[in-house]
Amino acid sequence: MKKLLLGNEAVARGLYEAGVRVASSYPGTPSTEITEAAAKYAEIYCEWAPNEKVAAEVASGAAIGGARSFCAMKHVGLNVAADPLFTMSYIGVNAGMVLAVADDPGMHSSQNEQDSRHYARAAKLPMLEPADSKECKEFTKLAYELSEEFDTPVILRLCTRVAHSRSIVEEEDWMERDLKPYEKAPAKNVMLPAFAKGKHPKVEERLLKLSQWAETSGINRVEDNGAPISVVTSGISYQYVKEAMGDRVNYLKLGMVYPLPEKLLLDFGKKASTLYVVEELDSFLEDQLKAMGITVVGKEKFPRCGELSQKLVRKILCGEEAKSLSLDASLPVRPPAMCCGCPHRGVFYALKKEKVMVSGDIGCYTLGASAPLEAMDTCICMGASVSALHGFNKARGETGSEQRSAAVIGDSTFIHSGVTSLIDIAYNHSNSVVIVLDNSITGMTGHQQNPTTGYNIKGDPAVSVDLEALCRAVGIRRVRVVDPYDLKAVTAALREELAAQEPSVIISRRPCVLLKYVKHSPPLSVREESCIGCKACLGLGCPAISLRDNKAWIDPTQCVGCGVCSSLCPKKAIG
Amino acid sequence: MNQVTSVLIAGVGGQGTLLASRILGYAMMQEGYDVKVSEVHGMSQRGGSVVTYVRFGNEVHSPIIETGEADVLLAFEQLEAARFLPYLKPGAALVANTQKIDPMPVVTGTAQYPQGLFESIEKLGIRVTAVDALSLAEEAGSSKAVNVVLIGAMARQMSFPKEIWLDALKHCVQEKFLELNQKAFQLGWEA
Repeated sequence: MKKLLLGNEAVARGLYEAGVRVASSYPGTPSTEITEAAAKYAEIYCEWAPNEKVAAEVASGAAIGGARSFCAMKHVGLNVAADPLFTMSYIGVNAGMVLAVADDPGMHSSQNEQDSRHYARAAKLPMLEPADSKECKEFTKLAYELSEEFDTPVILRLCTRVAHSRSIVEEEDWMERDLKPYEKAPAKNVMLPAFAKGKHPKVEERLLKLSQWAETSGINRVEDNGAPISVVTSGISYQYVKEAMGDRVNYLKLGMVYPLPEKLLLDFGKKASTLYVVEELDSFLEDQLKAMGITVVGKEKFPRCGELSQKLVRKILCGEEAKSLSLDASLPVRPPAMCCGCPHRGVFYALKKEKVMVSGDIGCYTLGASAPLEAMDTCICMGASVSALHGFNKARGETGSEQRSAAVIGDSTFIHSGVTSLIDIAYNHSNSVVIVLDNSITGMTGHQQNPTTGYNIKGDPAVSVDLEALCRAVGIRRVRVVDPYDLKAVTAALREELAAQEPSVIISRRPCVLLKYVKHSPPLSVREESCIGCKACLGLGCPAISLRDNKAWIDPTQCVGCGVCSSLCPKKAIG
Repeated sequence: MNQVTSVLIAGVGGQGTLLASRILGYAMMQEGYDVKVSEVHGMSQRGGSVVTYVRFGNEVHSPIIETGEADVLLAFEQLEAARFLPYLKPGAALVANTQKIDPMPVVTGTAQYPQGLFESIEKLGIRVTAVDALSLAEEAGSSKAVNVVLIGAMARQMSFPKEIWLDALKHCVQEKFLELNQKAFQLGWEA
């Protein structure tokens, strides 16, 4: 049956058809939908793990245990999962193991633009890169065959435009796979130095065999159009070149971007008068081709930053540029904003009013950095809000920083890697204030369950982490819960904990306003005769409130009646 | 020659542009075309400008649309229509909702919502079809059906039989909302 599937859904379909039994992931744009879609197949056990390292280890254990296994993550998640990955490269597999990583060139929803292809080289693992949904499914299935044939985990690399684009996929049947027998094999599975020393040469040998396989496998495909110009490319970049150049160039489309087929590349390069390498982000292919002694044109023409496109390729290769229209008007920008009734808003408002240095983290609440709240000083990576605040206070404690700084971190992010940082605060003692923004869901990636929500990936009831007890158990004595809709209580808690002479945790607890079970109150309105146009309510940056004829106005179609604005009104004009 | 039609769907996060792109994509696949739909997920969905690309033809390679490449712009909001105007080919068509949603700089009073946008766009040689999709959606039973009203308005201008759209609707919309959306589509088709 033909279906119009997201690249991510096509990977999930590939998992199903390949008889995968265990999948463990942590959500991260643009990879999230793979595991969400996989969870719809009863044949695949799926779970949301607390973080990517845990997910990759679960997949490792399952593969050793004889089940085809899988884990997915965004590019920065692979940094977290890198530790097990590098050693699984030595151990190899029993049943096949595939790790999907989704890069985000252009940073549509990410904090950096790292090129995950470097991990394949660093961990000495094969990496496949599909160019559309059809290939997402095919390559996923092929990855399991390679994994078992060459005794190696395989990395499947996607990017936003492949992961989040729909194209036509022909569905095939489920292949039942028996659990492979498990036998104790310490020399294979226990990476003591003595055993690992035996393994490393095998890993090097495996890479050579894989590059031999890549010479003739068909996953690396030559399209000879008899043109003088030739292009080596892969993944989404292939689509852009194909769109821009059609039959005007010859192609070597690499389906496997590591290890590379040297002979195939040398032969292809010899026939070209000019050989281009077209790849997004780093000069990953280009550097390897140059090391083979092949003369190529790459990053001196193509950018290292941001996404490519057919337009950019056409401009660079042919100097052609389509005309575009422009309006002679300046248009106000429309950046993303916290939703109306978002429980994070009140906390950021209080932090701004109290002039607190805010150590931020990754999630919807990173939008607290935007105008008009502008209440975030730093944002590095998942969990860093807590540990970086500790470091900040160790550096600047003598200046009284502990009384003027706080970390903000969401419930899912806190479980991901904030809790280890909190242990550092307790153990190595700084009077740091950590605010856990507990909205009972993983919000930014589109509402995934996590260990604090009480439900699993299938929506079935599960054990939930008791955040207050967890914080106390690691040695934080001052733990309190506030309702972020109650601005007075938030401000009072903040002042008290900043003044305290010991570390503390404030849990700001209210479920995400977009959750289906959350009941909205009737919309509020402004009594025009009472409003003095002081704009105090506008300081919240609520999309429902604007100024009309110098009076505040609340859009009744957007307002969910959270009431935070009415508590700010000096004339009690909102109700 | 490989003829590909490019439709750019622009709106504000939360307006349902994804469903609109899925209905269009499914309908074109059923018509026998190769189809690519590029979606946006993640942070930009939170009330920011969102854009979805739908491309169909004999063979579609790139899933994205660049400036100067779109045949149709389906805009869910006036300001977004203007923002994505540079993506249209000269002489292309704009089907736009007349609804205005204030962006944050307008909300906070640091910018004004521009006036007379459709008139300025028409002066550039773009065929503008303006539809009050919000009122029609409310008439159909829910303000959330703006997306399907707009699909109806755009479908009317394309040369495909109405049945393929109704079939796509049936496939893409939850059964309990189907009747409402069929009504919304009809109101858009007639607009």
